[in-house]
Amino acid sequence: MLKGKITFWRVVLALLLILGAYSTILRFLHGLGASTNLSDAFPWGLWIGFDVMCGVMLASGGFTLTAAVYIFNLKNFKPIVRPTILTAFLGYLLVVVALFFDLGRGYRIWHPLVMWNPRSVMFEVAWCVTLYTTVLSLEFSGAIFEHLKLTKLVRLQHSIVVPLVIAGVMLSTLHQSSLGSLYLIVPNKLHTFWYTPLLPVLFFLSAICVGIAMTIFESSMSARHFGKQLEMPLLRGLGRTLLVVLGVYTVVRFEDLIDRHVLHLVSKGGSEAGLFLLEMLLCSVAPMILLMIPRVRESANGLYLASVLCLLGFVTNRMNVAITGMEASAGQHYFPKWTEIVVTFAIVGFGFLVFALAVRYLPIFSHGTEPQSILQAEVGQDEVPELSNAAP
Amino acid sequence: MSKGILYDATVCIGCKLCEKACAERNGLPYDDAIASEEKQSEHKFTVVQTKGDKYMRHLCMNCEDPTCASVCPVGALRKTAEGPVTYSASRCIGCRYCMLACPFSVPKYEWNKTFPLVRKCDMCADRVTSGLQTACAEACPTGATKFGERGALIAEAKERLAQNPEQYFNHIYGLSEVGGTSVLLLSSVPFEDFGYKGDLSPEALPMLTYRVLLHIPDLVTIGGVALGGMWWLTNRKNAVAAVARRSESSKA
Repeated sequence: MLKGKITFWRVVLALLLILGAYSTILRFLHGLGASTNLSDAFPWGLWIGFDVMCGVMLASGGFTLTAAVYIFNLKNFKPIVRPTILTAFLGYLLVVVALFFDLGRGYRIWHPLVMWNPRSVMFEVAWCVTLYTTVLSLEFSGAIFEHLKLTKLVRLQHSIVVPLVIAGVMLSTLHQSSLGSLYLIVPNKLHTFWYTPLLPVLFFLSAICVGIAMTIFESSMSARHFGKQLEMPLLRGLGRTLLVVLGVYTVVRFEDLIDRHVLHLVSKGGSEAGLFLLEMLLCSVAPMILLMIPRVRESANGLYLASVLCLLGFVTNRMNVAITGMEASAGQHYFPKWTEIVVTFAIVGFGFLVFALAVRYLPIFSHGTEPQSILQAEVGQDEVPELSNAAP
Repeated sequence: MSKGILYDATVCIGCKLCEKACAERNGLPYDDAIASEEKQSEHKFTVVQTKGDKYMRHLCMNCEDPTCASVCPVGALRKTAEGPVTYSASRCIGCRYCMLACPFSVPKYEWNKTFPLVRKCDMCADRVTSGLQTACAEACPTGATKFGERGALIAEAKERLAQNPEQYFNHIYGLSEVGGTSVLLLSSVPFEDFGYKGDLSPEALPMLTYRVLLHIPDLVTIGGVALGGMWWLTNRKNAVAAVARRSESSKA
């Protein structure tokens, strides 16, 4: 699907990558002042708010789905494990790319690994993201070993999958929540709609919601572009699970808002109130209402719509925490410069390109669906396990 | 004993000699244009703000339990035993979390450099460790900026408030803000008038995040066991089911 024709999206992608290259030159030649609208009063902008915060959140499908398949043994989801791990892996790599843009001295990105400060949430996030990206690369390595027909390595990789998945779930739990903890240190700066001691809990719960919503979203996308998708019963199962987790998130969120007596502030208006309402509508109210309607929950398009709303809602949430909620205390409005926006889109576009290439050359979608795939033939996924001590 | 600075705005005459001395000590440019800037920046670590006949200094508060030092992922910012909060340029990765986290928004950034650093007042750490007073205190002609033992300065500030209550706004800024700071301020008007935050908690901020980080060992142990156990259970269930299936089929 990559060869030949000039299509609309390819032209868009090419333009983006060219503009992105130009912005990259601006950034690294003239510094952050010339290439961003950041300032002493507003030191974190789009690259942290979207590329890092949302990037990590949107890659949460990796740990939710591997947990479902390997820990909770929901083997039906196996066909989409590989594409989901690939998206997560690419997502984290792109977060690192974005960090090179945002960090003043990106070439020292390894410093937290050797210069420790255990009191710092950022230190913990740095370690977790490094370790988890390693875990994802190992989880994904199976596809590459298979492609290269390295049978021994395929077997070795397969034998450590469960410990890898457990490590991945732990690391994800830690840093998904810690992205929220980062903001616990600014009680006087983050707007009261979003500053709560429950930030880490809310960030973790929303990461699970997003993980499920991303899986539905990706299944629809791959149906459109690669002709592969989940079967309806599985999609319906995801929809029901999403409804339940969204319900938990909504209850915790409202409990917190009511406990802290901030709900009435909505009536006072202002851009914070508007964006807060938009966020709550998109991430909680609208997808929950949609998913409660059986006709919507039973249809692929309905589930797609609900998951897209949910994703937009939680992206709004992260942007509200990182940007909107910080504006009042900073005493200034922040809107990203065109270079910040271009770099962000170029990074996303680059991600799509690599994904398409990977799908083309590696066994991504075939895994777990074709009984003849090496892994199953050699290791015997559906074989009866060791029996010696299994009898009661 | 840890050192501190007591700045008494009622004694200040707004001569800005402290600004000049600070610039010299830090190798920063200083001229009339810079003197008229009323904002702290990467080239101006201390500022004397003027409002009519009132003055107020701004500089790094050098907190007792600094938020910047707690958030820095590489430990570039440190509280020294003598009081100053120092910055190690060779460690800094430029994440700017210190700028976001500082309750006084003190750390500033070299936005126009390709490889920028964070800049801030470090209470003349090198001078203080070798027994000298800070450059600003040395330059001050009226004694508005006074260097000394933090404890002694607090006692003195309390005495000034007690002796001339009508002259002062009754508060020592920095005595308890975010757990106390090495820099202490006295003023005749509320500190908010000069942009100081009045709503800072007397608790140091680092515990807000450290409290959460302390749960990590428990979370990892309990989570690891729970996930491993869950895997074992589901796996075992399948294994048992498979045995059952096999013995069924062999009987038949």
